[in-house]
Amino acid sequence: MGIDFFILMKSELLLAVIIFILLFIKVGSKEWKNEQMLNIVNVLLLVNFIAGFFGNKDGMLFNDMFKTNQLIVLEKCILNLGTFIISLQAYTWLKNHKHVLEFYMLLLASLMGMFYMISSGNLLMFYLGLELSTIPLAALANFDLEKRKSSEAAFKLIMSSAFSSGLLLFGISMMYGTTGTLNFTELSQHLDGSALQLFAFILLFTGFAFKISVVPFHLWTADVYEGSPVAITSFLSVISKGAFIFAFISVLYNVFKPLADTWYNMLFLLSVLTMVIGNLFAIRQNNLKRFLAFSSIAQVGFILVGISGSSQAGTASVIYFILIYIFSNLGAFGVIALVSALTVKEGIEDYKGFYKTNPLLTWVLTIALFSLAGIPPTAGFFGKFFLIMAGAAKGNYTLIIIAALNMIVSLYYYLRVVKAMFMDKNEQPIEKLVINNYSKLALFICVSGIVLTGFVSWVYDYIYSLSTGF
Amino acid sequence: MNISLLVILPILTAVALLFCNGLKQVRTVSLIGATVQLALAFALLILYWNERAAGNTAQMLFESSYTWFAPLHINFHVGVDGISIAMIALTSFIVLAGVLMSWKEDRMPKEFFFLLILLSAGAYGFFISLDLFTMFFFLEVAVIPKFLLIGIWGSGKKEYSAMKLALMLMGGSALVFVGLLGLYFNTDIGGGVHSFDLLQISQMHIPVEVQKMFFPFAFAGFGIFGALFPFHTWVPDGHSSAPTAASMFLAGISMKLGGYGCLRVATYLMPDAAHAYSWIIVLLATIAIIYGAFATMMQTDLKYINAYSSVSHCGFVLLGIGMLTQTSITGAVMQMVSHGLMTALFFAAIGMIYSRTHTRMVAQLGGLLKMMPFISTVFVIAGLCSLGLPGFSGFVAEMTVFMGSWQNPDTMYRIATILACASIVVTAVYILRAVGQSVMGPVTDSHYLGLKDASWNEKFAAGLLIIGIVAIGIAPFWLNELITPATDTIMQHAVKLVTLK
Repeated sequence: MGIDFFILMKSELLLAVIIFILLFIKVGSKEWKNEQMLNIVNVLLLVNFIAGFFGNKDGMLFNDMFKTNQLIVLEKCILNLGTFIISLQAYTWLKNHKHVLEFYMLLLASLMGMFYMISSGNLLMFYLGLELSTIPLAALANFDLEKRKSSEAAFKLIMSSAFSSGLLLFGISMMYGTTGTLNFTELSQHLDGSALQLFAFILLFTGFAFKISVVPFHLWTADVYEGSPVAITSFLSVISKGAFIFAFISVLYNVFKPLADTWYNMLFLLSVLTMVIGNLFAIRQNNLKRFLAFSSIAQVGFILVGISGSSQAGTASVIYFILIYIFSNLGAFGVIALVSALTVKEGIEDYKGFYKTNPLLTWVLTIALFSLAGIPPTAGFFGKFFLIMAGAAKGNYTLIIIAALNMIVSLYYYLRVVKAMFMDKNEQPIEKLVINNYSKLALFICVSGIVLTGFVSWVYDYIYSLSTGF
Repeated sequence: MNISLLVILPILTAVALLFCNGLKQVRTVSLIGATVQLALAFALLILYWNERAAGNTAQMLFESSYTWFAPLHINFHVGVDGISIAMIALTSFIVLAGVLMSWKEDRMPKEFFFLLILLSAGAYGFFISLDLFTMFFFLEVAVIPKFLLIGIWGSGKKEYSAMKLALMLMGGSALVFVGLLGLYFNTDIGGGVHSFDLLQISQMHIPVEVQKMFFPFAFAGFGIFGALFPFHTWVPDGHSSAPTAASMFLAGISMKLGGYGCLRVATYLMPDAAHAYSWIIVLLATIAIIYGAFATMMQTDLKYINAYSSVSHCGFVLLGIGMLTQTSITGAVMQMVSHGLMTALFFAAIGMIYSRTHTRMVAQLGGLLKMMPFISTVFVIAGLCSLGLPGFSGFVAEMTVFMGSWQNPDTMYRIATILACASIVVTAVYILRAVGQSVMGPVTDSHYLGLKDASWNEKFAAGLLIIGIVAIGIAPFWLNELITPATDTIMQHAVKLVTLK
C-alpha cells in the first residue's frame, strides 16, 4: 500500500476531500452566501479536473478489486470535465436555491460511484459503484423542490433503478453460481457459454441497458429527464450515460470476450431498435428536454454500433464520441438551462423567433444541435463517422445502412428546432437574456470543444493509443 | 503553389466577416475575398498550364498531404487535375457573381455573406480533395448553409423547400457514406491497412462483386446532388425558394458536386461496376432529360422554368458519364462548367427582374426590353445558351456529349442518344416562349415603365458570367485541352481494368 494507494485512488480521494470540505462548510457556524459557496465549489471542481492529469500510475488495489490505468484515468478526466461544465451551467439556477451544498455533495458522491464502477475489477465492486452512483441521483432529481413533476421523476428513477439493480444482482449471483468467482480476469477464463451463463449474462446486459436507456429499457428516460432540474437532466444524459458506457465496454470486451458472438447479435438488434425508436419518438416531442431525452436515446443507438465493432478503433471511437457528446449535449443543455432558469420556458414553440432576441445563444444551440446531428465542420461529424466506421469493420452493412438512414431522420428533428429559432415568427419571443460569466464560460468551453476537437487530431490519436480491442 | 489556400482563404474571409458590422463592411470584405478567390483560381490555372507545358505528366499536380487521423490513415490530401481546375474556376466565377448580386441584401447581411462564403469553402475543398474522407467532409459542409440560406432569406414556401433540400441532400450523403465505407474496408495498402486515398484506391483492383455492391450507393448518393432522376425533386423547390445568390450557388456549384463525385469517385474508382450498370445510368439520365424538358414546358414561374430545365441539362452530365467514352466524359465535364455559368446567369437575370417587377410569372411580364435593355439582353443570352445556340458554351458542351454518346456502338445507347438529342427541340420551345413573352411584346403593366435598368454591381456580375459563357463558346479548345488529359486517365484506367477482368 503506502504511497501507491494515494496515487492510484487519486481521483476518488480528491472527490472525497471535496465532499468533506463542503460538509465542513455546511456544519460550520459561519453563514455563507450562495454566490460565495458556488465560487468555492467551482474552483474546487476546476482543481479536481486539472489534478486528474498529473501523477498517474497503472495498478491494482484491494485484491484486484480496484484497477486503474491511463485509459481509465482519461475516462475519469472526461467525466470530471463534464461535471465541471454542468456545475458552471447550474450557477443561474442554484444562485437562488436553498440547498446548494447538499446538491454538490450528492452530485459528487454520484460521480465517485461512477469512478469506482469504471475502475472495478470485480463484480461486487462494480455493483457497489453502481449503487453509489444511482441513489444520490434519485435524490438530485427531486431538487426542484416545489415542482410535483420533479418528485415524480425522482420516484420513477429510483423505482426503475431498483428494478434494474435487481436484475443485475440476479445475474451476478447466477454468474457466481456457475463460475465460482466474481473477479473479472478469473471470470473470463471460466466462461464456457452454458445456458445458465448466457441467461446470467443477459440479465447483466439488461442491467446496463436500463442505465444507458437502450430500447426497450428506455421507458423511464423521457419522464425523468423532463421532470428533473436541467442540471440533473444533463448530468443523467451525459455523465451518467458516459460512465455506464465506459464500464460497459470494459466489461464486455474484457470479461465477456468468450461470449462475443452472442453479444454481437444482441448489440446489432438493440442498436437498430434504439436508433429507430429513439428517432421516431424524438420527432414527436415538443418539450425540449423530452426532445433531447429521445435524441440521446438515439445517440446511444449509434454508440452501440461503435461498440459492436469490438476493435481498438471501436473503443477509441466510443470514448472520442462521448467526449464530443459531452461538449455538444452540454452546449445544448447549457442554453436550455439558462432559458429555463430565467423564463421557465421549455417548449420548442417558445423558441420561435429566438434568433431575433438572442442571436448568440441561438448560434450556440444551433452549433450544438448540428454537432449532435453529425454535421461537419462540428466535432459531432467526426465522432459519428468514426463510430459507424468502427461498426462497419465487421462487414455488417445492413447495420451501417440503417445507421446512415437514421442520421437523416435525426437531422430532421434537429433542423426542426433550428427552423423554429431562425425562421418561425413569434409575437412574444423569449426576451433578451442576461448571461452571467459562469454560463458564458461554460458555453465557451462547449463551443470551442465542438469546433476544435475534430481538427486537433491528436485528441483522437491519444485516445486511440490508450485503447484496446480484440 | 499550395492549393490548400483555396480552402483557407474562404475560411479566413468568413472569420473576418464575423468581426464586421453593417452591410457596407460585410459586402466589402466579401467582395475582396471573392476577388482574391478568382485571382487565385486564375493563378492556379496559369501555373497548371506552365507545369503541363514543361512536360509534367503527373496525374495530379500541386499535391500536398497532411496527416489528419493517423491511426485510421486519414489524410488531408489535396491535388488538382484539369477537371478540378475547371470546377475551381467555375466556382470562383460564381462566388464573385453571387456576392455582387447580393450587394443590397440588408436582411442580416453578416449571416448571409458568412453562409455564402462557407458554402464556397465547402465547394473548393470538395474539388481539391484526393482523400475520400476529406471529400465527404467538404461535401457535407456545403449542405447546411443552403438550408439556412433558403429557410431564412428565401421566398414562397421556403421552410418546406429548405427542409426538403437538406434532407434529400443528407440522404445523398448518407448513401455516399455507405459507399465510401464499403470501399475503404475492401482496400489494402499492405498489412491489412485500409485507405481512403483516391489515388491509392485507383491503383488497386477492387473485386468486382464489391464494386457492384457499393457503386450504386456512391453513384446514387452523388447523383442526388446532381439531380439524378427520380431524386431530382429537391431541385425545383430548392431553387425557386432560394434567394438569388443562393440559387446561383445551388445550380452553379452544388449540383456540380454531384456530377464531379459521380465521375471522380463512383466511375473512376469502380469502373467495372460503372460498365455493368451503365445502362441504368443512361436510362435514368435520358428520362431526366426528356422528363425535365417536358416538365419545364408546363411551368409558369421563371425560377421553376430554370430549375426544371436544370434537371434536364444535368441529365446530360449523367448521360455523358454513363456512356463511358472519352469524348462523352469530356462532354459531361464541359456541360458541368457550361451549365454552371449558364444557370447562374439565368438566375441572376431572374433575380434582377424579380427585384424590380416583384413577379416571376411569365404571364404577368412583358415588354421589359424597353425599360431594361441590359437585363433583358442578359436574359436572352442566358436563354440562348440554354437552348444550345452555337457561339455559346451550351452548344459546345451538349454537342460533345452527343458526339461522345454516339461513339458508344450499342444500339440501345444510340437510341437513348437520339432521344436526348430530340429534347433540344423542346428546350427551344420553352426557352423561346418564356424569353419572348417576358422580354418582348407590349408592356403588360404600366408600373413597369418606371423601372430602372441594372446597377453597376449587377452589370458586373452578369458580364463576368457572360465572358465565361462566350469564351467557352468561341474557344472551346481551351477548356477541352484542360480537361482531356484528365478524362484520358480516367478512361484508360477504366478500359485497363475492364479488359483485365
